[in-house]
Amino acid sequence: VKSEVAAGGRHSAAQVVRPVRPRKVAKVPFVELADGRLQGVVSSGSDLARVYVSSISAATHGFSCSTNNNRPCGGLRGTAACKHLRALADEAVLQYGLDRVARYLRVEAAAGEDLIDRLDGTRESAPAAAVFSRFLRHLTYLELPGTTAPIPELHWFPAMPGAVR
Amino acid sequence: MLGTQLAALLDGATPGVAEALGVTDGFDDALVHGFARLGGDRAAALTALAGALAATPLGPPVRDAAEKLAAGSVTGEHLTHLAGGRTALYGAVHDALLDRLDTALGRSRAAWAASAGSAEAAADNPLAGCRSWLQELAIAGWRGVDHDLVAACDQTVEALLAVPGLRRLAVLLDGLAAELRASCPVATMERVPSRRWSDLWARALTLAQPGALADGPAETVSGRLLVLGADVHEHATAVQAQVHAVLEPSGGAPPRLVRTSVGAAKVDTIVGPAVWGLLPHPVLLGALAERRILEVAGLPLLGGGDLVWDDSRAVAGEPADPFATARVLLAEATAPPVPPLERHPVRIGEPVFVEGYTASAGAFELDGRTLPVDLDRLPACGPLTPALVAASDACVGLLRWDAGRWSLQPLAVRGTLKRKPFEAHTADWAAGPTDPAVVKAQAKAGDAVAVLRERAGRLLRR
Repeated sequence: VKSEVAAGGRHSAAQVVRPVRPRKVAKVPFVELADGRLQGVVSSGSDLARVYVSSISAATHGFSCSTNNNRPCGGLRGTAACKHLRALADEAVLQYGLDRVARYLRVEAAAGEDLIDRLDGTRESAPAAAVFSRFLRHLTYLELPGTTAPIPELHWFPAMPGAVR
Repeated sequence: MLGTQLAALLDGATPGVAEALGVTDGFDDALVHGFARLGGDRAAALTALAGALAATPLGPPVRDAAEKLAAGSVTGEHLTHLAGGRTALYGAVHDALLDRLDTALGRSRAAWAASAGSAEAAADNPLAGCRSWLQELAIAGWRGVDHDLVAACDQTVEALLAVPGLRRLAVLLDGLAAELRASCPVATMERVPSRRWSDLWARALTLAQPGALADGPAETVSGRLLVLGADVHEHATAVQAQVHAVLEPSGGAPPRLVRTSVGAAKVDTIVGPAVWGLLPHPVLLGALAERRILEVAGLPLLGGGDLVWDDSRAVAGEPADPFATARVLLAEATAPPVPPLERHPVRIGEPVFVEGYTASAGAFELDGRTLPVDLDRLPACGPLTPALVAASDACVGLLRWDAGRWSLQPLAVRGTLKRKPFEAHTADWAAGPTDPAVVKAQAKAGDAVAVLRERAGRLLRR
């Protein structure tokens, strides 16, 4: 398995973060490994205007799921993850590869195993509002105007081959 | 590119380069551990940086900064002077390497015309926020970077993105922050990319000085633009296609090497051929995909050889073969000068035409010399693959220099594979993929841009 992190040392133009793999974003529009959590936003299956904010902590494996209006997800019970958390974990594996997600969450998972079944956390509270605002910030990138003035600093960021060709 | 030219480029080291980088590497090691805890060796590395600049106007301020840091005082001004010192040494390395390359190729380059430029004094707040985050990084050192320190950059990036004139700095800072975030906690990282992160830190601190991003000199040009190829740059939240071309100015002036860049903000899930869909320049992208000439009228040409693209001032003309352009026009075209603040080896990307080589895995052999080919720079948005490069016998590419060696970044290759002739250019899919397998994969993945724009419309404007 090729490392997701390029070799360090005395290179200038070797990017440290490999591009993510393309995936369908309709069901889970936002996934990230940040702030010590696997976190993201999952579309509601029934209501177009509603989304769920789901997260799993790397430190405790505690999980959380609520709507963007901060109502707890009805599918969440004691130690069982809801379908939104399952979808989040599945899409994270598609996007980053099992290796990188497992490393971030500090679990061992073999190929073909469901990552979420390897976690033994319980329900805990998480900053859903902060995750949701990170998703909104993520979306604002698509609203920014394009550029025609050169950005020479992008020479440090050459486009790379895809994760899977 | 002839064998003799390649020999002139590759045979023997360029004097002074290793020595200069030895000095900056010492600075970079100090930044790994942070300026709050400078040990004797690392303080000596800063003194060595000052020593290397002793004969220049930067000598005294850099020496003063090195002494103050060794004594435990870290101020923004001292850091700016140190970043300036490192930047100046890299500028000198850049000049030596580019001169070596121009001499080897017999390429003539215009001189930089100094100008006052227009200083925009506005928007100092985001710049101050940026400088203070960079100062925190320098105090903590790369090894001291944690989630909280990375998150502290978010607001600064947002503020920078809101000001179009500061986009360069915003894109740079966002790229650095994403790498730090992915590497958190850096203390446990196996090897820190110290040269790269110091590069980005020093450039960011330089651009965050008031007036550093002011407009430089520009002229207005018209004529025929003959495309050589497209170089694509990308990180999670930005993409840029930089087109290298020869401009035949109307009125019969000699041909000039130029570049034109179009870019967009994006999110990480938009990758591969989908990035072309973010660039709303159908005339340019259409001409790239169909390999046509572009007739341009009244486009601004910046002092560093960058045409500021405007689709409404261009029309696509007859078909033009980039290989023919490279073969015939590259030798006589005049190259542009490099703007002073952009002088860094990473910016060297000089178009060349190479043929008659023997391709092996990751290198071209030509007249007994080996030119490494950078297979990590075959962008996912185009059809170039290592297999096509290995089967090629002619290539239009960019000569680059990194980690102490020259390499070739292919923009287009031509050759024979399984007894069939082929030709592939990085921008072949600029107007949509032409490979049925890729079209099918895209259809299966769905249109991420459209889905996310729909989500943005629903959630952002409530």
